[in-house]
Amino acid sequence: MAGTAVLGRLTTGWQVAEVVDVVKETPRVCTLALSADGWPGHGAGQHLDVRLTAPDGYQAQRSYSIASPPGEPPAITVERLEDGEVSPYLAGELRAGDRIEIRGPIGGWFVWEPALGGPLLLVGGGSGVVPLMAMARLRAAEGSDVPARLLLSSRSWEDVIYRDELAALADAPAGLEVVHTLTRSQPEGWSGYARRVDESLLREVAWPAEAGAQAFVCGPTAFVETVASGLVTLGYPPERVKTERFGATG
Amino acid sequence: MSFFTRGFEGRRRDEAPEGRVPPGQYLTEGFPVLSAGPTPRTPLEQWTFTVESGAEPVRWTWDEFQALPRESVTVDIHCVTRWSKLDTVWEGVSVDTLLEAVDHDASYVLAFCDGGYTTNLPLEDVTDGKAWVAFGYDGEALDPEHGGPARLLVPHLYFWKSAKWVRGLRLLDDDEPGFWESNGYHLRGDPWREQRYWGD
Repeated sequence: MAGTAVLGRLTTGWQVAEVVDVVKETPRVCTLALSADGWPGHGAGQHLDVRLTAPDGYQAQRSYSIASPPGEPPAITVERLEDGEVSPYLAGELRAGDRIEIRGPIGGWFVWEPALGGPLLLVGGGSGVVPLMAMARLRAAEGSDVPARLLLSSRSWEDVIYRDELAALADAPAGLEVVHTLTRSQPEGWSGYARRVDESLLREVAWPAEAGAQAFVCGPTAFVETVASGLVTLGYPPERVKTERFGATG
Repeated sequence: MSFFTRGFEGRRRDEAPEGRVPPGQYLTEGFPVLSAGPTPRTPLEQWTFTVESGAEPVRWTWDEFQALPRESVTVDIHCVTRWSKLDTVWEGVSVDTLLEAVDHDASYVLAFCDGGYTTNLPLEDVTDGKAWVAFGYDGEALDPEHGGPARLLVPHLYFWKSAKWVRGLRLLDDDEPGFWESNGYHLRGDPWREQRYWGD
């Protein structure tokens, strides 16, 4: 996996961004739409850094995946981790009109654009869907017909982030194929998958290895480990499986 | 007037011992995993470690490597994704020991790994007791997710420099950006100077 920067530019310094909208995605997840005059633009899959400063000067920094597609102002989607320091503030306290500091975009590896072709396999666990959604939104915005399939693991139907928008993307012509699995509870009459993603589920849902798909996998560490090694077992070359992992770091 | 964030107080300010946590970092008790692709799994009987310089490469098998003088080190580690972990205990072979096996006048090294990952370092960042090839963590064999069977350990730089699944060192006259260093991250990565990204 030769490292080639797809978006080679210096990372600019901290800038103030205004929260223009707070969208509740699920009971524990919010999207913050930001406005930042000096934002240089970003690729689908990149992240940004957030810095919060208390009145006495104490600061905390975290990284968040960018949810909005390239060409739009940055938006981040944040899951509230109860014992976290930053996420309960971002996904609880923050209101439209508030200001935070951001820096980015960051990362040149976990990035997709239509010119890279496909088929495109996106596998997300919980809020791991966020950078994948930037890719799906870019694909739709550009009218790309690259075959694309999203496998999204959520705990319950209520916990599915971007649920309505994913349904709309799936209904569009040459739309994104969306496959849900609900691991903890399922609505009455649920006929979809109801188990954790493992090799056998990937065998049913993922493009066969011969299709030469490019896979992007994002989620908690154990989820990404299982999916990435499962895809390799199915014959995906390791360099076609790009991963992003997060621990519960709040 | 300096910027502050309405309603943000911060909870973790008292947790960090003074002088141990670089700017922009926070302490974690866990051991988060970060890597760009699937975890490689090389059987120990196929594993070798190679030091490449202008002359013939020097190569150790796993058993030969285990027979080298080993050190136990307790160090703080700092990931560019902002977690720091204090007093981690590792076992491995000092890079000084490995470089004794070759004649060279190189100024840089490129560490190379299973999975194609590479990272670049000035020689002075891996010599004089500053770097190890570690195969033990916290009294156990190093877990594959954390870079086992062996990873580089360069604790004074951001942890991506401590390349997982390391298989060798290439000695170079000139600096050559590695994997993350070609993808927006700083060439050297000193956490105390917050050298996170290109331009820092």
